[in-house]
Amino acid sequence: MTTTHTVMPYDEALERFEPVLGLETHVEMGTTTKMFCGCSTTFGAPPNTHVCPVCLALPGSLPVANDKAIESTIRIGLALNCTIAEWCRFARKNYFYPDMPKNYQISQYDEPLCTNGYLDVEVGGKTVRIEIERVHLEEDTGKSTHVGGATGRIHGADYSIVDYNRAGIPLVEIVTKPIPGTDRLAPEVAKAYVTELRELLRTLGVSDVRMEEGSLRCDVNVSLMPRGSSEWGTRTETKNVNSLRSVERAVRGEIERQAAILADGGRIVQETRHFHEDTGATTSGRSKEEAQDYRYFPEPDLLPIAPSPEWVAELKSELPELPTARRRRLQAEWGVSDLDMAAMHNADAIDLVEATVAAGVPAADARKWWMGELARRANESGTPLADLAITPEQIARVVELVSSGALNDKLARQVLEGVLAGEGSPDEVVEKRGLRIVSDEGELSSIIDQVLASNADAADKVRSGKIAAVGALVGGVMKASRGKADAGRARELILEKLGVSE
Amino acid sequence: MSLTRKTAAELGALIASGEVSAVEVTQAHLDRVAEVDPRVNAFLHVAAESALEQARSVDARRAAGEELGPLAGVPIAHKDVFTTKDMPTTAGSKILEGYRPPYDATVTARLREAGLVILGKTNLDEFAMGSSTENSAYGPTRNPWDLDRIPGGSSGGSSAAVASYQAPLSTGTDTGGSIRQPAAVTGIVGMKPTYGGSSRYGLIAFASSLDTPGPFARNVLDAALLHEAFSGHDVMDSTSIHEEVPPVVEAARRGDVAGLRVGVVKEFGGEGYQPGVINRFREAVDLLESLGAKVVEVSCPSFTYALPAYYLIAPSEASSNLARFDGMRYGLRVGDDGTRSAEEVMALTRAAGFGPEVKRRIMLGTYALSSGYYDAYYGSAQKVRTLIARDFEAAFHQVDVLVSPTTPTTAFPIGERADDPMAMYLADLCTIPANLAGNAAISVPCGLAEEDGLPVGLQIMAPVLGDDRCYRVGAAVEKAFEDRWGGPLLKEAPSL
Repeated sequence: MTTTHTVMPYDEALERFEPVLGLETHVEMGTTTKMFCGCSTTFGAPPNTHVCPVCLALPGSLPVANDKAIESTIRIGLALNCTIAEWCRFARKNYFYPDMPKNYQISQYDEPLCTNGYLDVEVGGKTVRIEIERVHLEEDTGKSTHVGGATGRIHGADYSIVDYNRAGIPLVEIVTKPIPGTDRLAPEVAKAYVTELRELLRTLGVSDVRMEEGSLRCDVNVSLMPRGSSEWGTRTETKNVNSLRSVERAVRGEIERQAAILADGGRIVQETRHFHEDTGATTSGRSKEEAQDYRYFPEPDLLPIAPSPEWVAELKSELPELPTARRRRLQAEWGVSDLDMAAMHNADAIDLVEATVAAGVPAADARKWWMGELARRANESGTPLADLAITPEQIARVVELVSSGALNDKLARQVLEGVLAGEGSPDEVVEKRGLRIVSDEGELSSIIDQVLASNADAADKVRSGKIAAVGALVGGVMKASRGKADAGRARELILEKLGVSE
Repeated sequence: MSLTRKTAAELGALIASGEVSAVEVTQAHLDRVAEVDPRVNAFLHVAAESALEQARSVDARRAAGEELGPLAGVPIAHKDVFTTKDMPTTAGSKILEGYRPPYDATVTARLREAGLVILGKTNLDEFAMGSSTENSAYGPTRNPWDLDRIPGGSSGGSSAAVASYQAPLSTGTDTGGSIRQPAAVTGIVGMKPTYGGSSRYGLIAFASSLDTPGPFARNVLDAALLHEAFSGHDVMDSTSIHEEVPPVVEAARRGDVAGLRVGVVKEFGGEGYQPGVINRFREAVDLLESLGAKVVEVSCPSFTYALPAYYLIAPSEASSNLARFDGMRYGLRVGDDGTRSAEEVMALTRAAGFGPEVKRRIMLGTYALSSGYYDAYYGSAQKVRTLIARDFEAAFHQVDVLVSPTTPTTAFPIGERADDPMAMYLADLCTIPANLAGNAAISVPCGLAEEDGLPVGLQIMAPVLGDDRCYRVGAAVEKAFEDRWGGPLLKEAPSL
């Protein structure tokens, strides 16, 4: 943690260098059982309770591959436009580490299940095609906790404890090819890719893709080359970047750091780096200059995976509508612009708008509420839009109340505020807070009389033909009614009372 | 006749008919173990109490009118490389001293289901690596024919237990000959089933693509009965074959070779083979011919490369399989004094827990798999493996079974080859091809070598899933020899 590097401001870095990206994503499959045994994969169980002879690597135990995980991997491969191997094998990746019970990981090496695909992502209104190198299946390790010491890492710790509940959970690794040409959009492209991938995986129903629980983990590779050069620079790999925002920050931070070193005549060390959520900076980890020898060889305890072309074709035909196609369809149905659609996408609002439309709200209203008032509130409280304590049905009810004239927009906002604050359903909030529009003409008329009496100047101006001055009077009425008056009707009545017609 | 001299089939019948109880049979064998095992050292652990309990349960089931299987109540010695939840399981290694697994191997579970009475766990070369049982961390087992000689290995405890009448049956595992070679040098029957024909679940792995559980017995029919009892598909072992167990018992009962084509492997014989072994082998071939078999010589040129290929593949897999023994979760842990890192504790544990032969093979395998050497070593060895399988395939177009001596020499003196790994490895010269190709192969006694009066084994190899042919030919040879000898070869063994 002593590595405080000078950084070059982003704009300057991009003037002098071109970044090349690469992303490796690990996704825990949402299968009910582990990759090679029958243990549960449920998150959050007491440590070492979801274990058995196989995932603890007791002597004599043997793995049996989880067919559902293989199927899910093939579906991911198909959704990413990959070629599916007709025959491939698991391989053992050998290295010693206490959280890996067998001291080898069953993974795939030179025979991945899926290869050569792509994923299109939208950044700044243009489509960027991210090429996929491979998608393969492996098993997760246990989880080490290093107690004592300053860094929380194994070096300097007093002791370490290991939870093997995670050991053996199916893990899919999705590796991109190097991504050149993103230029100054590199951080956004990286983020857009992970966002799009996450959405795709969610649509496939293969994982709960929770970055904060580690079910989707991202390693970000960055290298820089001087402008005009065609030879790529040395890359670093920033490990376990665990939020979408962090993906963007990690790329940006690494560009700024590497640029400073290179501009100074320095050399980039090929290494893994740790991302720090608090500062957005990365610090040096394990050097990869001398590649560790994992002594890969085909796993002799398992049979090769040989998915028949017929089965693969069947899986392909059964894929759900994928996010890009769905967005195109929804955009057409809702009749919104590219820009508005992109804004909804970036705000993670598409599912919410769709559900609200399904609850009977016109698309324009649904979009208006989610992207306006609700987005503002989510932003204020720092919660994802989807985590707001309000349902599409509740929004539908508010919209219904507005269109029936029972609420105006201002009151509707107060109703939403009440619902979000846990005060009950929209109707309950209206009731409790007394938010119904003043539609009683008598009451409205008496409010207007008071306002006219105390604003004689303005009233005179209107009488003398300066109709624009009516705004102040309407404002007064709204204020006096604490927003509950129907502003349009109040205006009509004021003009009527003052004997003016437009 | 003493109960310990009877065959497993006879004991099973006596128990089923109620003429003797399983408890009597078990007690007789436990007495025999107490009498001779201090000299033989076949057992690492004797489970007298649980054996008697199992025997009582068989007797109770019979008393309740339940029909018993052919081996119910019959005692068995179990190689200490199979996990047993009620007994320690060491694999002959210090690194697992005192380890009690929480689960039974599939083979163990099936022995129990068949009503077999497990007397205890037998000695072996550490992690089944060796041909003499001298590599056990718990001292060598001795050959009942000559206590100064090795009983073969790695399943030497199991071969010695059966040859010294401590048990009528025992289990073994065969990775490069670890059942057939011990059977040959102790004058008993040992069978390596087709790879995948018997489950490896709970068998502490040496080389995953080669390890095969199989039976030992004093005659072919008993071996077939045991083979049938624990073999067959197992969902816990992905490499286990989804096929019916070949009709091994029927084949052992049939025991004829009339019209069968027998191939003599040309490459096995000559230099390095003891004359007495070659002589007994030739007599066995003549015998087969006299019984109506059609004998031809068959060339399997790739078999010459089997030994070097094996000593790349098996150590490679072992180097990975044995990585789990690191002192973190079970077994020995050395150096954990609060000052050392996990990495240091792992290294100290492995340095202290593994014997020299295991370390040698871990190093060999680590080297063979390392980047830059993989293609030259592991990769080439896998190609040889393919060639050997093709040689077998071609041979079985011409003949129904192949025969050879099981091992080039009779039992050698303890200590003779202990410092010469290459000489030790040669003991498996003839047995390794069947492991590399996954074929079935059996060793049956074919007489005593004239030089030393020690047993010689005849190896009979059959195609994948042709296990029944091994038993059919083996039973025919056994019957003809016993007619000639006036009884089993083992009656020539000195009484202990």
